[in-house]
Amino acid sequence: MTKQVQQLDRVIIRFAGDSGDGMQLTGDRFTQETASFGNDLSTLPNYPAEIRAPAGTLPGVSSFQLHFADHDILTPGDAPNVLVAMNPAALKANLPDLPRGADLIINTDEFTKRNLAKVGYETNPLDDDALDAYQVHALKLTSLTVGALAGFEISKKDAERAKNMFALGLLSWLYHRPTEQTVAFLEQKFGKKPDIMKANIAAFQAGWSYGETTEDFSVSYEIKPAKLSPGLYRNITGNIALAYGLVAAGTQSGLPIFLGSYPITPASDILHELSKHKRFGIKTFQAEDEIAAVGAALGASFGGSLGVTTTSGPGVALKSETIGLAVATELPLVVIDVQRAGPSTGLPTKTEQADLLMVMYGRNGESPVPIVAPQSPSDCFFAALEAARIAVKYRTPVIVLSDGYLANGSEPWRLPDIEDLPVIAPDFATAPADGTEFQPFKRDPETLARPWAIPGTPGLEHRIGGLEKADGSGNISYDSGNHDLMVRLRQAKVTGIANDIPPLHVDDPTGSARVLVLGWGGTYGSIAAAVRRVRKSGGEIAQAHLRHLNPFPANTAEVLRSYDKVIVPEINLGQLALLLRGKYLVDVISYNRVRGLPFKAEELADVIGDVIASV
Amino acid sequence: MSELPDVHGALALVPKDDAPQTAKDFKTDQEVRWCPGCGDYAVLAAVQGFLPELGLRRENIVFVSGIGCSSRFPYYMNTYGFHSIHGRAPAIATGLAAARPDLSVWVISGDGDSLSIGGNHLIHALRRNINLKILMFNNRIYGLTKGQYSPTSEIGKITKSTPMGSLDAPFNPISLAIGAEGSFVARTLDSDRKHLQSVLRAAAQHKGTALVEIYQNCNIFNDGAFEPLKDPAVRDDITLRLEHGQPIVFGASGEKALIRSASGAFEVVRTADVDSASIVVHDTANPDPSQAFALSRLDSPSFEHTPIGIFRNVDRPSYDEQLRDQVGEAIEKQGPGDLASLLASGDSWRID
Ligand code: SF4
Repeated sequence: MTKQVQQLDRVIIRFAGDSGDGMQLTGDRFTQETASFGNDLSTLPNYPAEIRAPAGTLPGVSSFQLHFADHDILTPGDAPNVLVAMNPAALKANLPDLPRGADLIINTDEFTKRNLAKVGYETNPLDDDALDAYQVHALKLTSLTVGALAGFEISKKDAERAKNMFALGLLSWLYHRPTEQTVAFLEQKFGKKPDIMKANIAAFQAGWSYGETTEDFSVSYEIKPAKLSPGLYRNITGNIALAYGLVAAGTQSGLPIFLGSYPITPASDILHELSKHKRFGIKTFQAEDEIAAVGAALGASFGGSLGVTTTSGPGVALKSETIGLAVATELPLVVIDVQRAGPSTGLPTKTEQADLLMVMYGRNGESPVPIVAPQSPSDCFFAALEAARIAVKYRTPVIVLSDGYLANGSEPWRLPDIEDLPVIAPDFATAPADGTEFQPFKRDPETLARPWAIPGTPGLEHRIGGLEKADGSGNISYDSGNHDLMVRLRQAKVTGIANDIPPLHVDDPTGSARVLVLGWGGTYGSIAAAVRRVRKSGGEIAQAHLRHLNPFPANTAEVLRSYDKVIVPEINLGQLALLLRGKYLVDVISYNRVRGLPFKAEELADVIGDVIASV
Repeated sequence: MSELPDVHGALALVPKDDAPQTAKDFKTDQEVRWCPGCGDYAVLAAVQGFLPELGLRRENIVFVSGIGCSSRFPYYMNTYGFHSIHGRAPAIATGLAAARPDLSVWVISGDGDSLSIGGNHLIHALRRNINLKILMFNNRIYGLTKGQYSPTSEIGKITKSTPMGSLDAPFNPISLAIGAEGSFVARTLDSDRKHLQSVLRAAAQHKGTALVEIYQNCNIFNDGAFEPLKDPAVRDDITLRLEHGQPIVFGASGEKALIRSASGAFEVVRTADVDSASIVVHDTANPDPSQAFALSRLDSPSFEHTPIGIFRNVDRPSYDEQLRDQVGEAIEKQGPGDLASLLASGDSWRID
């Protein structure tokens, strides 16, 4: 039977199953195949906080969504065109997101009475009209896999576990994905268990062959590679990009990187990744707690390393006193906050942007700290490097606000030329040439940064600490006028960074938009996708995105005042909006959803459309 | 003090000063602001007096402190110094020591700073055995906040926050440090400069974390807390001066001795009544910490028999040295890192 091949410009697939079904791995592999094929892509993993929630239940569902296309795309997509549901829970949890007409690939082996009852299906949705609106492909995925592995010396359980590879093989056939890398991957992953390795490869190939031969799939699809600009590409998640950005901060500054960290979702992968790169002279220290993690990083910075700490919101709360000490002692320090849904433990694996005001103001006293927020997974690389640049140049702690969506989401990344990366000069202090006494708090007149005088430098022995210091000499000072001066100097130093960062760029192709949509951090993709939709349907909308949250770019006031209306979408209850209103007296329109998930482009497009209609 | 076991390497990488030094070289121009009569003065003078012996370059010595009266110490030392935040000095010093093997790093802390708010960092520094010398000034009271009871105050202590007497049992810092896998654990007294300096000397040479508890008098809020150990009339009767390799005898003329009873517990007996072979010989280098721990349990609120000196001094690898080794090994095996090849590692593809 020759099968028809249909061309598509883009597809959104969601793999969904039980936490134990290996859906994240399946999604990752499909992503790698897609990346190396040359499509543009964006991914959204979504999994429970529990390592193994009770099998077959709704809270135990783990999913991985992948959007890929023959053109550049910005988000993992609003709604899947294809849902792979490995059990009734996966079907029930994900069906509401599925548009009519979507393809449903279902593992019917798991649709037993017991499993159906677990998630509250009274009747089998495969037997009634519940799925009439979809193209249903009902397959006995588990039995097909076990059948295909009949000749292998493995247990039935191991054979069943390979069903995700069968599904991956089938989907790889369906979308004409290259398979060599997945085979190589399985060879490496199960290198120590040859039987399991062979079985998984066989399951993967059986899935592919099944697609070729079964009558259930009469059409397969081609999505041409995207026309991306020339260069060397790789697929990258935000956490890995952030880790690489920190490695780059080391090579670009010549400073040893010292990471003090305590495991926390969703930031731990940065610790894992950096721990692999000791050959760069990087030291990673898993501390006894969040406070020790940042303390050790600050101690290393005092000694002339670039101290870094990685965490999520609850960890930032614990570190805040030490960040205040870094403000007072004016030492470089990079604090990475991979935001997750809060308050308290909140939803550890879900994304949110609600730590902005905490990192801005959550310390005692006047304690200004620069804040940098990446806008996409690959941008985490540049954000980390920018944070390091500011930290070293201005002798200050800097906070990077990533989030769970950026951390685990991925996209193809055109690798930068190393020559184009900024060079960071540590400029350690040396003894004053004129023989005068060293002044540890004498500032650079331009940057207002103080000298970074590291132990081991003769003639610069000095003492620093959290007590207020006299301007210049750094001796303890309880003088009221001096305190007022020091508070203002520390603020002026951070405020002045506005002159050292790019102005806020506005994308307004017609130049006549009256409404601006302004976002920050991880929402860039959703907002930009929404803006495209609005423009496609004839709407005029300007878009700007803040990378620097403290200080804001120098032209921010001017940009805000150039539009009749400014919409600020945030995954919080309006934290940037509060800052903008307070600082610029501009009554921005806040749009907020706090669902633990990125915005959908469609909903933002509607919001923007409504505002445009109102001006 | 008898000869110490060969514990090496603590200062191997710290550069030496060619010029001779004196205590004066370690003094700063800052006015010392402890209460007149405070035990901290004596410790400061002892430290300043002993450091020239090490002959280290001043710029390679760092004092890191937390918060409390004693934590002002770094301001008075003409070295590098970091007066940090409450309880966190061991954490900050850990990063510094891990990053810089060429420094001699000292932590100055008190009983509240290191046993209450900073307890977690203290125990983890001890188990990790990072190259830090922790001087814990134990005055059994909160001085800087004006006289609340501390985690080493005796039960029933009447203070501003415990007008009817404190309820919680105190920590024994020596027992705690031994329990936390401390490799060097010692106790000394603010008023006994010779003993204090001998303990500091041994601590400085120790590779890894050294914890030195210093009984320190707070003459404002807890005056006389250690008076029996200082009173010439009784001190020799009650102080067990621990010396490595020596039988444990004490009393003005050595009339008391320590033996193991049938149950295995320590027992204080009259030296004359026992065979000298049955007297416990102090062994700081014993890998098994149980004897050192048992010695620490001789303490009592009445100071009936209080050991001072080095309880434990064993050689085990330090965290910082092993961390450096891992970095060195990675560079040796894989070559120094190259950013461009790191970025392109994994599955990459080219678009022309
Ligand atoms: S309060 Fe006590 S410990 Fe503090 S400086 Fe005064 S005497 Fe010393």
